[in-house]
Amino acid sequence: MILAATTDESLARMSDLLVYSSMAVYTLAFFAHIAEWVLGSRSKVGRTAAALTPRTAAATAAVTVRVEQAGSTAVLDKPKVVTRAAAGTRDVPDGPGAAGGTVKGDLYGRIAVSLTVLAFLVEASGVVTRALSVQRAPWGNMYEFSTTFSTVAVGAYLGFLLAKKNVRWIGLPLVTTVLLDLGLATTWLKTPSDQLVPALDSYWLWIHVSTAIFCGAVFYLGAVATLLYLFRDSYENKLATGGNPGAFARSVLERLPAAASLDKFSYRVNAAVFPLWTFTIIAGAIWAGDAWGRYWGWDAKEVWSFITWVGYAAYLHARATAGWKGRKAAYIALIAFGCFLFNYYGVNIFVSSKHSYSGV
Amino acid sequence: MSKTDTTESAAADEASGAALSTAPREDREDTATGGPVLGVVGWIRWFWRQLTSMRVALILLFLLSLGAVPGSLVPQTSADEMKVQAFKDAHPALTPLYEKLQFFDVYSSVWFSAIYILLFVSLIGCIVPRSRQFVGQLRGRPPGAPRRLDRLPAYTTWRTAAGPEEAREAALALLKKRRFRAHRAGDAVAAEKGYLREAGNLAFHVALIVMLVAFAWGQLFKSEGGKLIVEGDGFSNTLTQYDDFKSGSQFGTDELEPFSFKLDSFTGTYEKGGPQRGTPRTFEAAVTYSRGGADRKAVIRVNEPLKVGDSKVYLIAHGYAPVVTVKDGRGRTVFHGAVPLLPIDNNITSTGAIKVMDGYRDKNGKKEQLGFQAFFVPTFAGAGQGTMFSQFPALDFPVMALTGFHGDLRVNSGLPQNVYQLDKSKMTQFKDASGNKLAQRLLPGETMTLPGGAGSITFEKDVKEWASFQVSQQPGNGLALAGAIAAIAGLTGSLFIQRRRIWVRAVRGEDGVTVVEMAGLGRSESAKLPEELADLAVALTAQAPPTAETPRADPEAVPETAVPETAVPDTTEPADAPAEDPAPSGEADK
Ligand code: HEM
Repeated sequence: MILAATTDESLARMSDLLVYSSMAVYTLAFFAHIAEWVLGSRSKVGRTAAALTPRTAAATAAVTVRVEQAGSTAVLDKPKVVTRAAAGTRDVPDGPGAAGGTVKGDLYGRIAVSLTVLAFLVEASGVVTRALSVQRAPWGNMYEFSTTFSTVAVGAYLGFLLAKKNVRWIGLPLVTTVLLDLGLATTWLKTPSDQLVPALDSYWLWIHVSTAIFCGAVFYLGAVATLLYLFRDSYENKLATGGNPGAFARSVLERLPAAASLDKFSYRVNAAVFPLWTFTIIAGAIWAGDAWGRYWGWDAKEVWSFITWVGYAAYLHARATAGWKGRKAAYIALIAFGCFLFNYYGVNIFVSSKHSYSGV
Repeated sequence: MSKTDTTESAAADEASGAALSTAPREDREDTATGGPVLGVVGWIRWFWRQLTSMRVALILLFLLSLGAVPGSLVPQTSADEMKVQAFKDAHPALTPLYEKLQFFDVYSSVWFSAIYILLFVSLIGCIVPRSRQFVGQLRGRPPGAPRRLDRLPAYTTWRTAAGPEEAREAALALLKKRRFRAHRAGDAVAAEKGYLREAGNLAFHVALIVMLVAFAWGQLFKSEGGKLIVEGDGFSNTLTQYDDFKSGSQFGTDELEPFSFKLDSFTGTYEKGGPQRGTPRTFEAAVTYSRGGADRKAVIRVNEPLKVGDSKVYLIAHGYAPVVTVKDGRGRTVFHGAVPLLPIDNNITSTGAIKVMDGYRDKNGKKEQLGFQAFFVPTFAGAGQGTMFSQFPALDFPVMALTGFHGDLRVNSGLPQNVYQLDKSKMTQFKDASGNKLAQRLLPGETMTLPGGAGSITFEKDVKEWASFQVSQQPGNGLALAGAIAAIAGLTGSLFIQRRRIWVRAVRGEDGVTVVEMAGLGRSESAKLPEELADLAVALTAQAPPTAETPRADPEAVPETAVPETAVPDTTEPADAPAEDPAPSGEADK
């Protein structure tokens, strides 16, 4: 059994090569995104301002009914559903996206997305070959967490794109951080392929760690949206109060979705992941119960998972509490994600914990 | 009371999604009780209202996460007493302050307990009225249609040749078929769906309490004992057999599960090469156990404890136990056995003591005790390599270095003694012929002769392994797990199910043509609601087909909205107004 489980050196080398190649492709995607932003038009600038300055509530968007039985002539005039934002929210249209509606910008945007798809495939193969080279789940140390983490984050983003969600605005920040993450992974966190210490050798590894990585990756998308929401919201506030935002804000923030859309996106993402994060902690507790004889022992890793969990619970509460919605809730969401990050880098590297298997 | 209460308040904020939640409304009577005439009862009521408000719950959640932080940065007594001591030694100035703040026992400290107890009191104070309100909503019927349906978040209208009565009947049937709770209310049909959201939310919060209770119960009734066992030896689960034992304050020793087990063998394998050479790969303890009945075999691994009744036996650590034989001057064996030694590094360099307490007489026949300090390496670097530390954790080249003492081990001095250390205060070290202290490195099978006919000690060829086990009993685990599962289920319902209301009004217009109006209201704005409304509208047009000149979707609605916002009850989404109004939703709803 030991023989079969030893690492396959050539597969391990291939995995390294694939990860490095994916970094090269992500870099190209990064430049394509930059080109998209630079060449994208700013001609539509002013949509937001136009929508905001005379504060009419004429912004009722119409949703046409999809009529399945369009046979009879009587149904020619279909009822239209009028939606209206709840009182007090601004009804601002989403920005046109990085390309700004120009053909050239859009071309680069599409190139960027295609390159991201390619890089994702290459990186995913890197993760899989790593797993094959050690014949186990590729989540035994921080190098492996980091590579899987960025793969999943990009995968989730591509999934949203595939589901025709308006998320291309996240492309540039995502690719940038993926490069950062992979850079860290391949330099400081690099650990050669190897077997697991016995404490990690459990099927709970598959369950607990995969969900943890998934939660982190998706929380990350939520955090990016939250951060952009804060910027975009101040931009809209400035416009609404007759302020004059700088040229950069006018160019960049104007092209982002409306603050309300960003806020909604981050809420949806965070809320959808929260039950899974709850499950992750509980799965970890069950595993700890098997490995160490207690399901909860206030170990540093456990503490920070708990803090993260309470942080997101506070965020969800804040959104239901008068006076805490909007920006304040957004700050809480960012703090909660900060706790998640600290749990990953901080606890693994600086704090002594039973979970110190960072490999660095 | 709750029934009338809810319908009234529902009528008051019919145009706001807040009615779809049992969330407590903020500070509704603060001004009433905030005056100078606040008696004791008034104060208590005020305090209670504060404590059970969402805002205070939010603050307590904050404090809870903040309070958990120091425990992850400062060593904790419950986790590792040695580390706490090391920290205290390293920071003598900070220690008194930290002790006063209970920073070494954060999770059982007064202040941390205060936070979570307040939070849970708040939680109960929140759940009880919300449940009552929810039951009221379940017993009651969805509230009637607001006067102005066109003010709701999703709205549609058309004119139809069908009569109003006919249209309402069709709407009622349709909504019921779509599993709405629906009824006729005046000239409209009122319907609601998604009650599972509230139910899930309440279930989640109740489950949190269940988990807390289970955790507390486990802490009070748990027991946890450690036992080191050498291959071939056994253990039976009674208090006296433990090396160390901890239990919760409510644990009775007669609650120990009656069972026994024997360690047949321990197997450890290690990475043989590469950068992680020496990293453990498998640890397996093969045991034979019995619970009064027949013997059964089992293998205990790091992640796979042995479950016997309510107890679990965990594999915690392992090491080597060289077998030694000690003889006196006349060749009589005074000690023979495996001596467990404690590892001091990852390659299992081990130290320990061999104590011969009875039966030894020196060459003059005088009763004496013998003690040996042992230093053992499973893989020796080789003579002349300059290190006595082990090079690899497996038994590849075992070597043991011994130094011998005679005298009084002081085992009967009344002081608790560490079995792995010699108390040398009443012992004299053996010296060799040239007067040097006696110390010798032995290979398995070799013997060290004590000077002056004092006898000998033999390092036998047989080196055994030992494993240490933790036997724990923790009631409440099942309850905690049930709570956890309920929490996830409730949370999922609460976050993924939309609670929404639909109203369909059909009246005869001034020109005698029936006007159908449909509107939807959700707890939060959701793209799904207009879609659902559209679906329903399309389905309804089968029975109430639109006439050719359906008016555009309410053109009058547009100027209406420019009305100052105070006119619209807006509990759903107060503006991010710069002025901090603590009670933007403070309309009198009671
Ligand atoms: C142990 C601490 C608590 C935790 C971890 C917790 C967690 C949560 C979570 C995750 C949600 C989100 C579900 C959703 O948005 O539908 C939620 C909702 C809610 N919680 Fe708590 N909660 C706690 C204590 C409390 C307390 C003390 C109160 C009472 C003041 C409370 C009242 C509510 C209400 C009313 C909602 C529903 C909000 C809505 O309808 O959107 N919770 N809670």
